[in-house]
This record gives sequence, C-alpha cells and structure tokens, in this order.
Amino acid sequence: MDILRFITAGSVDDGKSTLIGRLLYDSKSIMIDQLEAIEKQTKNREDGEIDLALLTDGLRAEREQGITIDVAYKYFSTPKRKFIIADAPGHIQYTRNMVTGASNSDLAIILIDARHGVVEQTRRHSIITSLLNIPHTVVAINKMDLVDYSHDVYNNILIDYAAVAKSLGLKDVIYIPISALNGDNIVDKSSHMDWYEGECLLNILEEVPLSEDINLTDARFPVQYVIRPQTEALHDYRGYAGRIVSGIYQKGDAVTIQPSGLTTTISAIEVGGAEVEEAFAPQSAILHLTDDVDVSRGDLITLTDNQPSVSNELEVLLCWMDAKPLIAGNKYQLQLNSRLVRAVVKEILYKVNVNSLEQEEAPEKVQLNDIVKAVIKTASPIPFDSYRRLRVNGGAILIDETSHVTVGACMIQ
Amino acid sequence: MSKYQLNYLEQLESESIHIMREVAGQFERPALLFSGGKDSIVLVQLALKAFRPGKFPFPLVHIDTGHNFKEALDYRDAMVERIGEKLIVRHVGDTIKAKNLAEPKGKFASRNALQTYTLLDTIEEFKFDACIGGARRDEEKARAKERIFSVRDEFGQWNPKLQRPELWNTYNGRIDKGENVRVFPISNWTELDIWNYIRKEKIELPSIYFAHEREVLEHEGQLVAVSEFVNLEPTDKISRKRVRYRTVGDMTCTAAVESSASDIDDIIKEIIATKTSERGETRIDDKVSEAAMEDRKKNGYF
Repeated sequence: MDILRFITAGSVDDGKSTLIGRLLYDSKSIMIDQLEAIEKQTKNREDGEIDLALLTDGLRAEREQGITIDVAYKYFSTPKRKFIIADAPGHIQYTRNMVTGASNSDLAIILIDARHGVVEQTRRHSIITSLLNIPHTVVAINKMDLVDYSHDVYNNILIDYAAVAKSLGLKDVIYIPISALNGDNIVDKSSHMDWYEGECLLNILEEVPLSEDINLTDARFPVQYVIRPQTEALHDYRGYAGRIVSGIYQKGDAVTIQPSGLTTTISAIEVGGAEVEEAFAPQSAILHLTDDVDVSRGDLITLTDNQPSVSNELEVLLCWMDAKPLIAGNKYQLQLNSRLVRAVVKEILYKVNVNSLEQEEAPEKVQLNDIVKAVIKTASPIPFDSYRRLRVNGGAILIDETSHVTVGACMIQ
Repeated sequence: MSKYQLNYLEQLESESIHIMREVAGQFERPALLFSGGKDSIVLVQLALKAFRPGKFPFPLVHIDTGHNFKEALDYRDAMVERIGEKLIVRHVGDTIKAKNLAEPKGKFASRNALQTYTLLDTIEEFKFDACIGGARRDEEKARAKERIFSVRDEFGQWNPKLQRPELWNTYNGRIDKGENVRVFPISNWTELDIWNYIRKEKIELPSIYFAHEREVLEHEGQLVAVSEFVNLEPTDKISRKRVRYRTVGDMTCTAAVESSASDIDDIIKEIIATKTSERGETRIDDKVSEAAMEDRKKNGYF
C-alpha cells in the first residue's frame, strides 16, 4: 500500500466537487453524520437532491457563494492505496491555488464537460499540469449522460485533447468517459458505455505506477538541522538531520557539500533511530560525516559523482501569488528546500499566456496569477537542479521581506 | 516491490519528521502542545524519531482544563518521566480566576472554549513562536483547508482568507514579532492511519482508549461519563456499560462509544466498520453550528 496524491482541475460547472463527493461516497469514505449534515443543508436548496459538492466546501464563504476558494485536502483509501485529493478551484482568478495544489500532486484529473469539449479552461489546467510537471494525467470526460453516452462525442473530444497533450509534452495521459452525478465509470464500470474498454476511474487511480516517479539516481540531501546532544556519553556525536529528496546514500559514499564544495565521506546513516547501511528517497534520515567539515542548515549533501548546478543566477518560470504586483528589481527571500537566501528579480523576460502558452511582452508589473519567465539573482550561490528534470530540487518559493508572505513559486529552468 | 520503496505509513512518518525538523530549524522558541490524546502521543513518537539521540528542541506544553480523565494525566506524567523531556503545565482554572472569566454553565459545562485564553497567555509568557499541534485535516471541514504552517496574528487568530500558499514540501515560517505559527505535522494522517501507526510502533496508550466498564449518562444518543464535572438531573438515565474512548478530550465534552475492543487489533476492526466520523461520534461541542470549528479557529483555538 502506498500514497497517491492527486489534484482535480475543473470548476463547479464541470462537476468537480460532485466527482470528489462521488469518489468519497462510493468508496464509503463518508460517514453517516457527515451525510446528515449535508442533507440538512441541501434542504435549503430548491431541487432537494443531496448535493455531494457540499462535502468539499469547508469555509462559510464558500458555502454561501457555492464556489471553492481555497485548496482543500480530502482523504480516502482502498485496500490498495491511500489517496490524498487536493481540491483546487478552477477559475483563472484562482490560478495560484491550482499551482499550490499541483505542486505536490502525482496525478492530475482534468475534467471536461462532454457538452462543451476542450475549452479555454481545459487548456489552462493542462498548461499548469505541464508547468508543474505532474507525472500522470487522467482526462475525465464528464456529463456523458447529457450527450446520450455517445461514443462519437467522446472520440472527438479525445482527438482534440490529444493535440493539446502533444503540444504540452504531457507524458502519461489516460482518457475516461464518466458521469460523476450518476456514478458512471467511477467505482464501477458503467453499463451505459459498452464501447469503453478501459477501467473505471477508481481502478485507474489504484493502479497508476508511482515508484518510478521517485528519482533514485541524483542523490540530494538538504540539511534541516544539526543534532548535537553534547552529553557525556555522546560528546562527539554530530548528526545531520534531513530528508533525502532524491537518490540513495550508502555508508562510505564520497560526498560533496554544496554550495561550499567541501568533500568528505559518509561514516554512518541512521533512519528512525537505527543504524543502517543505506537510505533512500523519501526517507528522513541522519547522516554522519567522516571529517569535521563545516555543514549547517541550508547546505546540500550530494554524492561527489553526481552534482547539481551551483549558481547565483537562476532562470525561472515564476507564478506570482500576491495581490501586490511584482516589479523587476524588487528584493525577496528565496527558499529552496531548507536553503534561504536574499534574492532580486533582475529581469522579466516575457509573460506566459496561461490559456495558450504563447509568449507575451513582459509586463511592467507582474500581477496576481501571472506566470512569467524571469531571471533571479541570489546573494549567495545555491545548488539546484532543473525543475523539469528533478522536481524536488528545482522548485523554490519567493518570500516578501516585509510581510513575510509567500508571494511567488519558481520553477527553475 | 523494490527494496527502495516505502509503504504508506513510512511515507507519512517521513513527511511528519521532516515537518518537525523544519520547526526546529526555522524557529527560536517552539513548543509541542500535548493533550494526552492519541494524536499528541503520536507527535511525541515522531519527535523521538526526528531528534534522538538529541533532546527535543522544544518543551511539551499541556493546557490543563481541570476536566481531564485521570488516566490521561497519569499517562502524561509517566511518559514525561520515561522520555526525560520538559513539561510545562498551565491551568485553565488559574486563568478563570486571574482574569475573572465566567465559568461555563449548563449540564456539560465545558471549559474547552476557555482553553484558548490560557493557550494565548502561555504563548505570550514563554514567547513561543511556533506551537506544534496534533490536528488532522480529516477531522473537520475547516481543518481540511488549513496549512501545515498556519500563521496566527498576535491575537492567535486564523484568517482563512489570507493563508499563505504552501508549495512542494517548502514551509515558510517567517513571521513578525508577536505572531506565531501553528504547525500540524500529522495534517495528512487519518484516524485509521494513527491507529495503524500506533500498532506498528507498539505505542502505549492511556487505558481509556480500550474497552472498560464505566457509569455513563445517555444524552442525545451519546454516552457521557458520569463525573464530578457533569451536572446530573433526577431524570437522567444512568447505566453501566462497556465502553472505550475514540478521542480523549475533556470529560465534559467527550463521549464514549460502546465497545468490547480490548486491544489495538479490535479497535482497528471497529474503526474500519464504523459508519460515524470521529468528531461526530465523540465530540459534544461540534454539533452547535455548521461553522463551529471555523469560528473557534478564527478566535485562536487550535
């Protein structure tokens, strides 16, 4: 049993909340008291049907307005997997929320309304899926009941979407016709669409292979904290605590500390209080080094024969997340894993049209939800990898120095 | 399965240890809020894994309402003794006296809401800049939207509309003086995950989590322990039942469930079979309104 984290992209109109409600309901992850609570609320509505969408709207303002504003996390499990759903709003004014939900996801479900086919919003969601480098995509063509479960309608949408997927370089794309409202092809195969030869959505989610998504080649260990008991018995104990974000570390490995470039070897490894011969991503571990070199929080322990880039100038795709606009020349803090450095956004090269992926002229002020290509200069060098190649060491956040708020997400190129 | 693969409990554990260490790395004066309940007991286990053989970089803090189960307090003291870490206890009763607050009234006079005052005073007294808590996102709808690093203003208030985006596994703990961050390392765990982990790690729990005989009062379909904190009325139906607790909070606002589960395996079986959520079955204080938790959080509650 392992964990699949996925994001559902779509709006209320596409039946996104209904789909999540359906998955939770049909997999028996909703309890009676929760159902009673939403039944009570549904009574205030005109049609009287149980509104599964109410299960996911957590805040009062969301229930009042009938929209999802923030990312909500939902959980369910089957004997095969534990699932974590990032339920993010789909409208363009909430691009930052979708980017947030997408950043941790292994898979994206792109919802398409069968009556409308591939629309601007579908492209935008797919572009974000691609920019955030989500490894797997499921294209769920919803509301099939409203198009008489037509195979032709499904095929035409599939052909249209395949062109989008190809232009974006989406890797693993699976298509499925569903009706979230009626439960067609959600946890059981629908009897209305004999022409569909694939599996139901839950089976797809249960069987997407995830182990290959973890990079076990490029070893990266950001140091979070130094453990030094300084007691009589453990006088010389000095352990570097952190989480292996990628790769495998073995006792005796030659390592290089970045950005200092100092080299030494691993003398011991601890996982969960026990000494081990090797440790791998995504384990939390403690590394011990043979030589007494200067290592502290923010440093990256890497294998000497596999090095990241080290630079104080980064080219990034930047999603702006603050109401206060970004102006070229502004200073921020940049945080990449445990490393925090001062940074300046030196230049904005162009703006990405999130509906078409076309490059547009760089705006003077970068507004909330804009995605731009930019050059960032940092006060000291940072070790990084390209986000496309190694997501876990290529995504950084920008923090406003005065408000301390997270204002930008950077995908390092 | 490749030997370089973690199962889901190991993945959750590693994520939570990472969060604990981020607290240690980013804050000057953190604290771990310990209630004696199973979720905070799991937090202690995760802290042991994150920091041993070193000491915890934070004290345990218990906000004591004075309405606790004796078994939970005994467990707390024995555990602190065993692991040799520092425990700070602050009493809601003292806050009520010092601030001249109104004692709650009614049949189940719960001091649960008053805990917030004591908590905020304690944060101020020790200048805590981060408080680790055992809240989980599966517990409640408002919690499902809260960040793992959740910034509170100087009044301890949560503003759900002004939450920081939280990307990848990167946690932004930078704050202004006077603000603090509530940190929830087990956000992504469910009730069943907690129990499976307790089983896997063979963690000891207060005895009231297991089936035992107890005098209970039946109230609107829930079973409440008879104690000095509950104001009985002549019409109350009292009976002796075999029960266990699914959550351990105050005696005034936590209900028991009928059960014969005497070990962890039995409990896990019961939880898999249950049709009622943890809060729905055991918390008397959540039924008040649809947004009860959201409102309490906005006022500084966990």
